[in-house]
Amino acid sequence: MNRYTIEVRITPRQGLLDPEGQAVLGALRSLEFEEVGEVRVGRLIRLALEARSAEEARERADAMCRRLLANPVTEDYRIDIESVS
Amino acid sequence: MRAAIVTFPGSNCDYDCYKAVTDVLGARAAFVWHRERALGDVDLVILPGGFSYGDYLRAGAIARFSPIMDAVLEFAAGGGLVLGVCNGFQVLCEAGLLPGALVRNRSLKFRGVPVTVRVENDRTRFTSRYRRGQVLRLPIAHGQGNYVADDATLERLERERRVVFRYVNPAGDATDEANPNGSMNSIAGLINADGNVLGLMPHPERAVEAVLGSTDGLGLFESIADGVEAVQTETI
Repeated sequence: MNRYTIEVRITPRQGLLDPEGQAVLGALRSLEFEEVGEVRVGRLIRLALEARSAEEARERADAMCRRLLANPVTEDYRIDIESVS
Repeated sequence: MRAAIVTFPGSNCDYDCYKAVTDVLGARAAFVWHRERALGDVDLVILPGGFSYGDYLRAGAIARFSPIMDAVLEFAAGGGLVLGVCNGFQVLCEAGLLPGALVRNRSLKFRGVPVTVRVENDRTRFTSRYRRGQVLRLPIAHGQGNYVADDATLERLERERRVVFRYVNPAGDATDEANPNGSMNSIAGLINADGNVLGLMPHPERAVEAVLGSTDGLGLFESIADGVEAVQTETI
Protein backbone atom coordinates (compact mmCIF):
# COMPACT_ATOMS: atom_id res chain seq x y z
CA MET A 1 0.00 0.00 0.00
CA ASN A 2 1.15 3.51 -0.76
CA ARG A 3 0.39 6.60 1.21
CA TYR A 4 -1.20 9.62 -0.40
CA THR A 5 -2.20 13.09 0.59
CA ILE A 6 -5.39 14.21 -1.06
CA GLU A 7 -6.68 17.72 -1.25
CA VAL A 8 -10.31 18.27 -2.12
CA ARG A 9 -11.23 21.81 -3.15
CA ILE A 10 -14.92 22.50 -2.86
CA THR A 11 -16.40 25.63 -4.37
CA PRO A 12 -19.93 26.95 -4.86
CA ARG A 13 -21.26 25.75 -8.19
CA GLN A 14 -20.60 28.02 -11.12
CA GLY A 15 -23.64 30.15 -11.79
CA LEU A 16 -24.86 29.85 -8.21
CA LEU A 17 -24.88 33.00 -6.12
CA ASP A 18 -22.06 32.92 -3.55
CA PRO A 19 -23.00 35.46 -0.87
CA GLU A 20 -19.76 34.87 1.05
CA GLY A 21 -17.69 35.52 -2.08
CA GLN A 22 -19.78 38.63 -2.78
CA ALA A 23 -19.12 39.95 0.72
CA VAL A 24 -15.36 39.35 0.40
CA LEU A 25 -15.41 41.03 -3.02
CA GLY A 26 -17.15 44.06 -1.51
CA ALA A 27 -14.58 44.24 1.29
CA LEU A 28 -11.67 43.98 -1.16
CA ARG A 29 -13.15 46.75 -3.31
CA SER A 30 -13.59 48.95 -0.25
CA LEU A 31 -9.87 48.38 0.45
CA GLU A 32 -9.25 49.68 -3.06
CA PHE A 33 -8.28 46.34 -4.60
CA GLU A 34 -10.40 47.38 -7.51
CA GLU A 35 -8.78 45.00 -9.96
CA VAL A 36 -10.60 42.06 -8.39
CA GLY A 37 -13.42 40.92 -10.66
CA GLU A 38 -14.79 37.87 -8.91
CA VAL A 39 -14.37 36.10 -5.58
CA ARG A 40 -15.65 32.65 -4.74
CA VAL A 41 -15.17 31.23 -1.27
CA GLY A 42 -14.89 27.48 -0.86
CA ARG A 43 -13.44 24.87 1.43
CA LEU A 44 -10.26 22.81 1.41
CA ILE A 45 -10.28 19.30 2.85
CA ARG A 46 -6.95 17.50 3.24
CA LEU A 47 -7.01 13.72 3.68
CA ALA A 48 -4.26 11.23 4.34
CA LEU A 49 -4.99 7.75 3.04
CA GLU A 50 -3.52 4.49 1.85
CA ALA A 51 -4.24 2.97 -1.53
CA ARG A 52 -2.64 0.60 -4.00
CA SER A 53 -2.27 3.30 -6.63
CA ALA A 54 -2.94 6.96 -7.31
CA GLU A 55 -5.87 5.91 -9.49
CA GLU A 56 -7.41 3.97 -6.64
CA ALA A 57 -6.80 6.88 -4.24
CA ARG A 58 -8.57 9.20 -6.67
CA GLU A 59 -11.50 6.82 -7.07
CA ARG A 60 -11.91 6.57 -3.32
CA ALA A 61 -11.69 10.34 -2.88
CA ASP A 62 -14.23 10.83 -5.64
CA ALA A 63 -16.60 8.41 -3.90
CA MET A 64 -16.13 10.36 -0.65
CA CYS A 65 -17.00 13.60 -2.44
CA ARG A 66 -20.11 12.16 -4.00
CA ARG A 67 -21.26 10.56 -0.78
CA LEU A 68 -20.43 13.18 1.83
CA LEU A 69 -17.82 15.85 1.21
CA ALA A 70 -19.60 17.85 -1.51
CA ASN A 71 -23.26 18.50 -2.26
CA PRO A 72 -23.79 18.04 -6.00
CA VAL A 73 -26.73 20.47 -5.96
CA THR A 74 -24.68 23.42 -4.80
CA GLU A 75 -20.99 22.58 -5.02
CA ASP A 76 -18.24 21.64 -7.48
CA TYR A 77 -15.11 19.84 -6.36
CA ARG A 78 -11.60 19.16 -7.56
CA ILE A 79 -9.30 16.42 -6.30
CA ASP A 80 -5.51 16.78 -6.15
CA ILE A 81 -3.32 13.83 -5.17
CA GLU A 82 0.20 13.81 -3.87
CA SER A 83 2.19 10.69 -3.15
CA VAL A 84 3.87 10.56 0.28
CA SER A 85 7.26 8.91 0.22
CA MET B 1 -51.03 9.86 17.59
CA ARG B 2 -47.47 8.96 18.49
CA ALA B 3 -44.48 10.96 17.35
CA ALA B 4 -40.78 10.12 17.46
CA ILE B 5 -38.55 13.16 17.83
CA VAL B 6 -35.01 12.44 16.70
CA THR B 7 -32.33 14.12 18.79
CA PHE B 8 -28.95 14.66 17.15
CA PRO B 9 -25.97 16.10 19.00
CA GLY B 10 -26.65 19.81 18.60
CA SER B 11 -30.43 19.58 18.19
CA ASN B 12 -32.00 22.38 20.23
CA CYS B 13 -35.66 22.45 19.22
CA ASP B 14 -36.40 18.86 20.24
CA TYR B 15 -38.07 19.94 23.49
CA ASP B 16 -40.11 22.60 21.69
CA CYS B 17 -41.45 19.88 19.38
CA TYR B 18 -42.08 17.58 22.33
CA LYS B 19 -44.07 20.28 24.15
CA ALA B 20 -46.07 21.13 21.02
CA VAL B 21 -47.02 17.49 20.41
CA THR B 22 -47.69 16.50 24.03
CA ASP B 23 -48.82 19.50 26.09
CA VAL B 24 -50.50 21.50 23.36
CA LEU B 25 -51.77 18.88 20.92
CA GLY B 26 -52.39 16.25 23.61
CA ALA B 27 -50.70 13.47 21.62
CA ARG B 28 -47.80 11.22 22.58
CA ALA B 29 -44.15 11.76 21.76
CA ALA B 30 -40.83 10.15 22.57
CA PHE B 31 -37.26 11.25 21.98
CA VAL B 32 -35.11 8.94 19.89
CA TRP B 33 -31.36 9.42 20.21
CA HIS B 34 -29.53 9.52 16.87
CA ARG B 35 -27.52 6.41 17.75
CA GLU B 36 -30.65 4.28 18.02
CA ARG B 37 -31.56 2.10 15.06
CA ALA B 38 -35.32 1.77 15.57
CA LEU B 39 -38.06 4.39 15.77
CA GLY B 40 -40.62 2.27 17.59
CA ASP B 41 -44.29 2.13 16.68
CA VAL B 42 -44.97 5.72 15.62
CA ASP B 43 -47.17 7.66 13.21
CA LEU B 44 -44.87 10.64 12.76
CA VAL B 45 -41.14 11.30 12.83
CA ILE B 46 -39.94 14.81 13.56
CA LEU B 47 -36.41 15.94 12.71
CA PRO B 48 -36.12 19.05 14.87
CA GLY B 49 -34.20 22.26 14.48
CA GLY B 50 -30.78 22.97 15.87
CA PHE B 51 -27.20 22.67 14.76
CA SER B 52 -26.59 18.95 14.40
CA TYR B 53 -22.85 18.23 14.46
CA GLY B 54 -22.23 21.96 14.70
CA ASP B 55 -23.32 22.40 11.07
CA TYR B 56 -19.83 21.12 10.19
CA LEU B 57 -19.19 20.50 6.49
CA ARG B 58 -22.73 21.56 5.53
CA ALA B 59 -25.84 21.89 7.68
CA GLY B 60 -27.35 18.41 8.03
CA ALA B 61 -24.59 16.67 6.05
CA ILE B 62 -23.25 14.57 8.90
CA ALA B 63 -26.54 14.03 10.74
CA ARG B 64 -27.84 12.50 7.53
CA PHE B 65 -25.53 9.51 8.16
CA SER B 66 -26.51 9.01 11.82
CA PRO B 67 -27.48 5.39 12.61
CA ILE B 68 -31.17 6.31 13.10
CA MET B 69 -31.41 7.73 9.59
CA ASP B 70 -31.66 4.28 8.00
CA ALA B 71 -34.85 3.74 10.02
CA VAL B 72 -36.12 7.21 9.03
CA LEU B 73 -35.49 6.47 5.33
CA GLU B 74 -37.26 3.14 5.64
CA PHE B 75 -40.16 4.75 7.52
CA ALA B 76 -40.52 7.40 4.81
CA ALA B 77 -40.27 4.81 2.02
CA GLY B 78 -43.15 2.94 3.67
CA GLY B 79 -45.32 6.06 3.55
CA GLY B 80 -44.73 7.20 7.15
CA LEU B 81 -45.09 10.91 7.90
CA VAL B 82 -41.82 12.78 8.34
CA LEU B 83 -41.61 16.43 9.34
CA GLY B 84 -38.30 18.30 9.17
CA VAL B 85 -38.11 21.73 10.73
CA CYS B 86 -35.18 24.07 10.06
CA ASN B 87 -32.11 21.86 10.59
CA GLY B 88 -34.48 18.94 10.09
CA PHE B 89 -35.34 20.33 6.64
CA GLN B 90 -31.61 20.59 5.88
CA VAL B 91 -31.15 16.95 6.94
CA LEU B 92 -34.05 15.85 4.69
CA CYS B 93 -32.44 17.59 1.70
CA GLU B 94 -29.03 16.11 2.45
CA ALA B 95 -30.64 12.67 2.82
CA GLY B 96 -32.28 13.03 -0.59
CA LEU B 97 -35.81 12.76 0.84
CA LEU B 98 -36.44 16.25 -0.50
CA PRO B 99 -34.84 17.81 -3.57
CA GLY B 100 -32.51 20.82 -3.58
CA ALA B 101 -30.34 22.24 -0.83
CA LEU B 102 -30.25 25.00 1.76
CA VAL B 103 -27.26 27.31 1.61
CA ARG B 104 -26.04 30.40 3.44
CA ASN B 105 -28.57 33.22 3.72
CA ARG B 106 -28.17 35.85 1.02
CA SER B 107 -27.51 38.43 3.76
CA LEU B 108 -24.85 36.18 5.37
CA LYS B 109 -26.67 36.95 8.62
CA PHE B 110 -28.35 34.58 11.01
CA ARG B 111 -31.98 35.66 10.97
CA GLY B 112 -34.08 35.12 14.09
CA VAL B 113 -37.32 36.97 13.38
CA PRO B 114 -41.03 36.36 12.94
CA VAL B 115 -41.93 36.08 9.25
CA THR B 116 -45.12 35.64 7.31
CA VAL B 117 -45.62 32.68 4.99
CA ARG B 118 -48.48 31.82 2.67
CA VAL B 119 -50.04 28.37 2.58
CA GLU B 120 -49.71 27.33 -1.07
CA ASN B 121 -51.25 23.89 -0.80
CA ASP B 122 -53.90 22.93 1.75
CA ARG B 123 -54.41 19.46 0.32
CA THR B 124 -51.51 17.82 2.10
CA ARG B 125 -51.50 15.68 5.22
CA PHE B 126 -49.66 18.51 6.97
CA THR B 127 -51.85 21.47 5.99
CA SER B 128 -55.49 20.30 5.85
CA ARG B 129 -56.41 22.62 8.74
CA TYR B 130 -55.27 25.65 6.76
CA ARG B 131 -56.79 27.12 3.66
CA ARG B 132 -54.88 27.92 0.51
CA GLY B 133 -53.70 31.53 0.49
CA GLN B 134 -53.83 31.82 4.28
CA VAL B 135 -50.97 33.88 5.68
CA LEU B 136 -49.30 32.48 8.80
CA ARG B 137 -47.00 34.22 11.22
CA LEU B 138 -44.16 31.90 12.19
CA PRO B 139 -40.67 32.48 13.58
CA ILE B 140 -37.50 31.67 11.67
CA ALA B 141 -34.07 31.20 13.23
CA HIS B 142 -31.41 30.17 10.75
CA GLY B 143 -28.22 31.14 8.95
CA GLN B 144 -28.57 28.64 6.11
CA GLY B 145 -32.15 28.69 4.87
CA ASN B 146 -31.57 29.89 1.34
CA TYR B 147 -33.29 27.24 -0.79
CA VAL B 148 -31.63 26.39 -4.09
CA ALA B 149 -32.47 23.83 -6.76
CA ASP B 150 -31.90 23.55 -10.49
CA ASP B 151 -34.47 24.99 -12.90
CA ALA B 152 -36.00 21.64 -13.78
CA THR B 153 -36.54 20.80 -10.09
CA LEU B 154 -38.09 24.21 -9.38
CA GLU B 155 -40.39 23.89 -12.35
CA ARG B 156 -41.49 20.45 -11.23
CA LEU B 157 -42.04 21.55 -7.62
CA GLU B 158 -44.27 24.41 -8.77
CA ARG B 159 -46.16 22.34 -11.33
CA GLU B 160 -46.89 19.60 -8.82
CA ARG B 161 -47.88 22.13 -6.13
CA ARG B 162 -45.18 20.83 -3.87
CA VAL B 163 -44.16 24.26 -2.63
CA VAL B 164 -46.30 24.21 0.50
CA PHE B 165 -45.18 27.45 2.18
CA ARG B 166 -43.82 30.62 0.58
CA TYR B 167 -42.37 33.71 2.23
CA VAL B 168 -44.71 36.66 1.70
CA ASN B 169 -45.31 40.09 3.20
CA PRO B 170 -48.21 40.47 5.65
CA ALA B 171 -50.48 41.34 2.71
CA GLY B 172 -49.70 37.94 1.20
CA ASP B 173 -47.41 38.98 -1.65
CA ALA B 174 -44.16 37.11 -2.33
CA THR B 175 -41.94 40.18 -2.67
CA ASP B 176 -38.15 40.18 -2.60
CA GLU B 177 -38.18 42.22 0.65
CA ALA B 178 -40.36 39.56 2.29
CA ASN B 179 -37.84 36.85 1.41
CA PRO B 180 -35.66 36.60 4.53
CA ASN B 181 -32.85 34.44 3.11
CA GLY B 182 -32.83 34.62 -0.68
CA SER B 183 -34.65 31.33 -1.28
CA MET B 184 -35.46 30.62 -4.92
CA ASN B 185 -39.15 31.27 -5.63
CA SER B 186 -39.41 32.43 -1.98
CA ILE B 187 -39.71 28.78 -0.96
CA ALA B 188 -40.13 28.31 2.80
CA GLY B 189 -41.33 24.71 2.80
CA LEU B 190 -41.90 21.85 0.39
CA ILE B 191 -43.21 18.32 0.26
CA ASN B 192 -42.03 15.16 -1.51
CA ALA B 193 -43.84 13.64 -4.47
CA ASP B 194 -45.60 11.05 -2.32
CA GLY B 195 -46.87 13.73 0.06
CA ASN B 196 -45.54 12.18 3.27
CA VAL B 197 -42.30 14.12 3.84
CA LEU B 198 -42.46 17.85 4.57
CA GLY B 199 -39.57 20.19 5.28
CA LEU B 200 -39.79 23.84 6.22
CA MET B 201 -37.43 26.48 7.59
CA PRO B 202 -39.93 28.35 9.83
CA HIS B 203 -40.69 26.84 13.25
CA PRO B 204 -44.36 25.85 13.61
CA GLU B 205 -43.58 24.29 17.01
CA ARG B 206 -42.62 27.72 18.32
CA ALA B 207 -45.99 29.17 17.34
CA VAL B 208 -48.50 26.96 19.13
CA GLU B 209 -49.56 29.05 22.13
CA ALA B 210 -50.58 32.70 22.50
CA VAL B 211 -47.78 33.24 25.00
CA LEU B 212 -45.28 32.46 22.20
CA GLY B 213 -46.65 35.31 20.09
CA SER B 214 -48.52 33.21 17.53
CA THR B 215 -50.66 30.09 17.39
CA ASP B 216 -50.45 29.79 13.62
CA GLY B 217 -48.18 26.73 13.76
CA LEU B 218 -50.67 24.61 15.66
CA GLY B 219 -52.72 23.89 12.54
CA LEU B 220 -49.82 21.92 11.09
CA PHE B 221 -49.72 19.53 14.05
CA GLU B 222 -53.54 19.33 14.14
CA SER B 223 -53.59 18.49 10.43
CA ILE B 224 -51.17 15.61 11.01
CA ALA B 225 -53.22 14.34 13.98
CA ASP B 226 -56.48 14.55 11.99
CA GLY B 227 -55.01 12.34 9.29
CA VAL B 228 -53.59 9.81 11.71
CA GLU B 229 -56.88 9.56 13.62
CA ALA B 230 -58.85 9.15 10.39
CA VAL B 231 -56.65 6.20 9.41
CA GLN B 232 -57.05 4.66 12.87
CA THR B 233 -60.84 5.01 12.71
CA GLU B 234 -60.88 3.25 9.34
CA THR B 235 -58.80 0.41 10.76
CA ILE B 236 -61.26 -0.07 13.64
